[in-house]
Amino acid sequence: MAAKKEKPGWKELPEGDLIIGGGTAREFKTGDWRSRRPVLIPEKCINCLTCWVYCPDSAVIVKDGKMAGFDYDHCKGCGICAHECPVKGKAIVMISEKEAKGKK
Amino acid sequence: MKDLMEFRWHGRGGQGAKTAALLFADAALASGKYIQAFPEYGPERMGAPVAAFNRLSSKPILLHSGVLNPDVVIVLDPTLMDSVDVTEGLPETGIIIVNTAKPASDVRKELNIKPGIKVFTIDASAISKETIGRDIPNTPMLGALIKVTGILDFKEMLADTKKKLEKKFKSKPEVIEGNLKAIERAYNEVKS
Amino acid sequence: MAKANVIARTGNEAMAEAMRQINPDVVAAYPITPATEIVQIFASFVADGLVDTEFVPVESEHSAMSACIGASAAGGRTMTGTSSQGLALMAEMLYIASGLRLPIVLADVNRALSSPINIHCDHSDTMMVKEAGWIQIFSENSQEAYDNMIQAIKIAETAKLPVIVTTDGFIISHGMERIEILDDADVKKFVGVYKPENYLLNLERPITVGALDLQDYYFEHRRQAIEAIRNSKSVVLDVAKDYAAKFGKSYGLFEKYKLDDAECAIVAMGSTAGTAKVTIDTLREKGLKVGLLKPRLFRPFPKEEIADALQGMKAIAVMDRSDSMNGQEGPVCLEVKAALFDKGLNKAVINYIYGLGGREIRLEDIESVCNDLSSCLKGKAVNKINYLGVRD
Repeated sequence: MAAKKEKPGWKELPEGDLIIGGGTAREFKTGDWRSRRPVLIPEKCINCLTCWVYCPDSAVIVKDGKMAGFDYDHCKGCGICAHECPVKGKAIVMISEKEAKGKK
Repeated sequence: MKDLMEFRWHGRGGQGAKTAALLFADAALASGKYIQAFPEYGPERMGAPVAAFNRLSSKPILLHSGVLNPDVVIVLDPTLMDSVDVTEGLPETGIIIVNTAKPASDVRKELNIKPGIKVFTIDASAISKETIGRDIPNTPMLGALIKVTGILDFKEMLADTKKKLEKKFKSKPEVIEGNLKAIERAYNEVKS
Repeated sequence: MAKANVIARTGNEAMAEAMRQINPDVVAAYPITPATEIVQIFASFVADGLVDTEFVPVESEHSAMSACIGASAAGGRTMTGTSSQGLALMAEMLYIASGLRLPIVLADVNRALSSPINIHCDHSDTMMVKEAGWIQIFSENSQEAYDNMIQAIKIAETAKLPVIVTTDGFIISHGMERIEILDDADVKKFVGVYKPENYLLNLERPITVGALDLQDYYFEHRRQAIEAIRNSKSVVLDVAKDYAAKFGKSYGLFEKYKLDDAECAIVAMGSTAGTAKVTIDTLREKGLKVGLLKPRLFRPFPKEEIADALQGMKAIAVMDRSDSMNGQEGPVCLEVKAALFDKGLNKAVINYIYGLGGREIRLEDIESVCNDLSSCLKGKAVNKINYLGVRD
């Protein structure tokens, strides 16, 4: 386990309840909220990107216009992607984290 | 003359007592005096008796309490004298100027005014009707006030008022002319 | 003849005039007696094209302050005006403005809080928000209201804190007085261009404003705000010094009037201070060595400096134009007492609650305060808390 990072004292913080810089939500990792995770079955995927549109956490990774898997640091496991997947028999399935262990 | 002079204007809501106090203050300021002008704020209704106040001094005025003992009282509407004690707080050496066609002696008798107090009258309503075309007695009353108290240089005040009116009524030269005439007539016609 | 920059203005007109010269980016406001005129006159400046301001008419004071917060966070120089119930309705947003360290300047015309409903002067409105993290500057007259508004912009932007500048309702707000104004160009130069370090419209440097702070960060951010308000005292002095150097008008944390050689003192804020000066002149002639301390800066409260200034007094009368409703003295008196206590000064301090809801404060009233001080000096017992001018 990594050493616990010290939080800044009041003199070091930017003044006025500000967070400087953009895209800082990326650093807030919500992946450990998950009890079930989506898994992509690439051979069934038609790259319609419906999952990417629906994902509320921007956790669907798209590369060169094609579905490339999930950002498990931020995916909360809501299952919307699997629910919305239009492919018959589903290209995304939800499995339990316990099941996922060792399969990574 | 006292260094700090206090004035009280009596009128009815909508008659311009507050405006008169502001105009007077503005004119006094132009002559280099320190001034205050403030109205009495109550439930304001058109026609209800209202009062406005002035303080004038050659030194900065620090006092921010109400005027209780005015040196001069100006009554814009003679009908007020039936319902309001316009002489309230007026000291023995005070001055009261009333807009009325009656002679000063009548007003003194009607209000039972003590001998030390000076009473002046001027028919400001008639003057304003003749010069401005409407019954707005506050401008001519300014002329009467300056004559009676000698507190401002009349010519200087007239020139300053002209300048201000010219700014406000660019397109209506008759309004400027009428107002100046009204002030001048009241200055000349006010009587004790 | 008077100089060209000497004009007759009411307190409201003077504050609006200062706002015109400051030319803020945004003004968002909602009308309320007796402060309505400030933004009404300012709105006419906007309509006449005399300022570049974006004027935002809103549906309540809560919205007015919300809009000001948004505008200020976006990077705009922002001002507003209100009074009494309006300030009360803003209260929630006032804390947000100071917590976000936004330099908004608010002209508050002091008016009593309901109930009973009343439109006249007392200080209960600003006292209600004295813990909101805003700098509070009181004005005695129209001139001070004007000068304070111009200084407030610089104070706010330097201290990164919002500022309330007050005048007494009707007494000052609607009373016309002789004031000396500065040239437009001089004000423009004095207030300069507002360049915030961080602001929402800066696309080069994105920021998040007002993120959720829980047990782990809230205290640190509050600690910063506490330090900022404490340090703002020196900012107020620096700006005053600059103002004095440029325009020859001196302002400080408070004004002393015949205080240095006095045996007893009156502490009074706002327009009453002027009336007190006149009374003091009269009583000095009668042999009572009385002086005045008029706090200008009420938040932060300059307690060390005030205790020092009152050190030589044998008796002190503190006049409060509001009550603290805590079964003790009024708010100003409590501050003065705490300041004296910290200096180890055990003084006779008499408190007067006066002028609530615009109740007239006359020369005779202040004279009676001076008589109490005189009794105090002679060792006679005097009531600690007095209600001056109320019918028994």
